[in-house]
Amino acid sequence: MTEYLLILVSTILVNNFVLVQFLGLCPFMGVSGKLETSIGMAMATTFVLTLSSLCSYLTFTYILQPFGLEYLQTISFILVIAVVVQFTEMVVRKTSPLLYRVLGIFLPLITTNCAVLGVALQNISKQNGFVESILYGFGAAVGFSFVLILFSAMRERINVADVPVVFKGSAIGMITAGLMALAFMGFTALVQI
Amino acid sequence: MLTVLLAIGVLVLLSLIFGAILGYANVRFHVEGDPIVEQIDALLPQTQCGQCGHPGCRPYAEAIANGEAINHCPPGGQATIQALADLLDVEAIPLDGDHGEETATKVAVIREDECIGCTKCIQACPVDAILGAAKQMHTVIADECTGCDLCVEPCPVDCIDMVEVGVTAKTWSWDKPQGIAASSLNIIVTDRQSEVAH
Repeated sequence: MTEYLLILVSTILVNNFVLVQFLGLCPFMGVSGKLETSIGMAMATTFVLTLSSLCSYLTFTYILQPFGLEYLQTISFILVIAVVVQFTEMVVRKTSPLLYRVLGIFLPLITTNCAVLGVALQNISKQNGFVESILYGFGAAVGFSFVLILFSAMRERINVADVPVVFKGSAIGMITAGLMALAFMGFTALVQI
Repeated sequence: MLTVLLAIGVLVLLSLIFGAILGYANVRFHVEGDPIVEQIDALLPQTQCGQCGHPGCRPYAEAIANGEAINHCPPGGQATIQALADLLDVEAIPLDGDHGEETATKVAVIREDECIGCTKCIQACPVDAILGAAKQMHTVIADECTGCDLCVEPCPVDCIDMVEVGVTAKTWSWDKPQGIAASSLNIIVTDRQSEVAH
């Protein structure tokens, strides 16, 4: 039980995928303009990341490993992620139009979020088991959502602040992200995993 | 050689399985296009100009179906708004001229070196936001000024300007929750007043 808790703390804070490992930076900069859209993106990513880390674990353990084809992991994980995203979009659209409206265009965008592939590959390299893989994916997604929402809330406020002209827009966003990453360095060595 | 064939075989198998799943899902979870969006889209001018803030006419049609205002389409003009209002059974509203929310509040500013100290603007000001005495220079207390324009007209030397004040970090606040902001039912008294203060 403690081990599972440690995985969550580790992925959300200590080894945060965006601010410590610098994965998934494009949605982090791209959809953080408005709080509302970033919440949509966060929900969609949480959903897909958890599901895809589960599916890629199953693919690796039950299809690639028995044939000794571990070197095909990257290409097959990309395949798995693309299919999971497509499938999720179809199911959500049919079963919950409300959720589809919230997640909307963000679902297909997740295919290209490198944090998703990063989680799948790290699950293998860390030799995580079934439950650990799911938790690792879920924790990574929660960490991503956490910093994305924090960052977009800050950017909404920065937009109206009196920023020097040359720093307006993305530039001050980058600086803010850098400062956030510095702040997250404070969590280093909080847990060792 | 065998491993290469095996690798190709496994990937093909994997792709086939996934393809089958997606194909099945496409049939099983098929969704008819939202008919109201089609109808709205047909009324829009299809200029794809993006002036409404959406990347084209169809996204705007979807946004209208989700409750966005119908007056964000400058190329369509009043005729389109009227047609949309008839279709959706809502009231036709005038075109939102400069799309992007005209919320700029204004504040009066006296050009102080031109002021002759006549006190006429002080008498005109409904909120006592102008400070000064006879034959002395006047000035506006910006925090108190509501931007009502009433002082501009009495000034004999035309030294009062109405200056737009943009949102600054001090006056910025979160949007109201959509449920309340969107409904005409404003529960909180202060929400009913227009937001001209400070």
